[in-house]
Amino acid sequence: MRRDCLRTTLRRLVPRWRLLLLLIGAGTPACAQEARFDDGEPPSMGTRAAPAPAVPNPADSQPLLVPAMFACRAVRSDDTVGAEQYPVPKPPFSKDIFPCTRCHDKPDDINPRSRNLVAMHGDIKLAHGSREQWCYDCHNPTERDKLRLAGGRLVSFEASYELCGQCHGEKLRDWRRGIHGRRIGCWNGQRQYLLCVNCHNPHAPTFKPMHPRPRPKRPSEIHFDQRSES
Amino acid sequence: MTIDPRRKLPVITDAPARDGGDGESRRAFLKMVGKAAAVGVLAACDAETRERLFQKSFREMSPAELKKYVARLERDYKAQYGVDIRVGAEPPIEGVVFAYALDISRCIGCRRCVHACVEENNQSRDPEIQYITVLEMEKRHGVDLEHATAYYEPEQVPREGHFYFPVSCQQCDHSACERVCPVGATWKEPDGVVVIDYDWCIGCRYCMAACPYGARRFNWTTPKIPKAEINPNTHVLGNRPRPKGVVEKCHFCLHRTRNGRYPACVEACPVGARKFGNLLDPNSEIRQVIDTKRIFVLKEELDTSPKFFYFYGT
Repeated sequence: MRRDCLRTTLRRLVPRWRLLLLLIGAGTPACAQEARFDDGEPPSMGTRAAPAPAVPNPADSQPLLVPAMFACRAVRSDDTVGAEQYPVPKPPFSKDIFPCTRCHDKPDDINPRSRNLVAMHGDIKLAHGSREQWCYDCHNPTERDKLRLAGGRLVSFEASYELCGQCHGEKLRDWRRGIHGRRIGCWNGQRQYLLCVNCHNPHAPTFKPMHPRPRPKRPSEIHFDQRSES
Repeated sequence: MTIDPRRKLPVITDAPARDGGDGESRRAFLKMVGKAAAVGVLAACDAETRERLFQKSFREMSPAELKKYVARLERDYKAQYGVDIRVGAEPPIEGVVFAYALDISRCIGCRRCVHACVEENNQSRDPEIQYITVLEMEKRHGVDLEHATAYYEPEQVPREGHFYFPVSCQQCDHSACERVCPVGATWKEPDGVVVIDYDWCIGCRYCMAACPYGARRFNWTTPKIPKAEINPNTHVLGNRPRPKGVVEKCHFCLHRTRNGRYPACVEACPVGARKFGNLLDPNSEIRQVIDTKRIFVLKEELDTSPKFFYFYGT
């Protein structure tokens, strides 16, 4: 009885011809197509101050979490929304900059004074918040591969949104809901939540203006030869 | 003859009175000759031509007919473009109504969405067809179509004192285009997407005249798409290559969204201004936007009930 019921329900949900089409569809490479970005540009806005986190194209560097259409059908949004764990891509570190402990391997002299760095990290020009901001407001001074929240709790770079959310609480709230920021993948299943730092340079977060793609043609500029048409 | 109140079209309900006599016999004779000629012509052409000749509209097809139709389209495209194109016919997902939201406080008018859409949806490159029109508006006038241009081309966007307002098909619940179509070639699917049967469209462009958003485009010539740029993942009511003389428009990337993916423009937007999801799911991104932000629809006064919402995210 129960099996019968299950079968009818299944049949109602997925008519047979649809199953067939699904199977046909699953075989084509296009379904497994990754998210595409035009002209391979980073998802960031414009150019940023030299080698500060060179944002890679997330479609190039990380495999999308959702390779095939079946995955999209499998997960319902209830499973992800509201959960504390967010599937995020790797933070966009500059080349060879991480782990920090490769250089900062022993306890340093900590100079909390705001100043211009010369010997190292000279490319970073802080333009974020007050002028008194300094590395250790966010970076942990001892265990360097971590970020430090104001309350002293350490978070990984993958959870940097928690750090950003300390000041930008309403943005974090909207980001968790899917209103702020970018997501790639399935509207109803697995998707990648781009981190704050995937789009905003954490050291200078304001978006830079960018060059627009070509404008549409005006009607007067469209010419086609009707005689050449068969 | 009575008027069907739903369609507002004259419908013949009973046959006119027959006059009998000569008229009747002449009619019978002509009918017979006509039938004989039709049988002769049909006998002369092959099965595929017959199939094309008697092809039903998309909505009338049985699942078996649809399968055959889709397979034939794939063969045709292979012959025409030399590319293996998958023509999907995924039906609407039960319990899903698609809706879209656009954050006009974030859009910077970079037109990445426009060109991502062109590439995704096999739009003609020459003459150029684009589904999304990004309007540049002046902040001092607000959302005012009288002070808007689509042809802006500054070195950098956003321009001081301006904001950007992308417009594409609004997937109206009460769609003017559907009402005016004389052949029923455009209709609203159960998931809320207004689609076009490209093989049923007669190219009269009434829908283009009726659409208050200027969202529909007409193929004046056979669309030209470089072979290397053809997207082989298509949907029969969506981005499959179109013939000359039919109308097309945004269809929420049916080939992607009915398989769970975001539309191409959502993923292309560099500022994350575009949101998409299931209107019936209270946890979906689109519902979160509608429930918590200030939203509006374009030309609300026309009562088109768009499923495309604009909002201010900040």
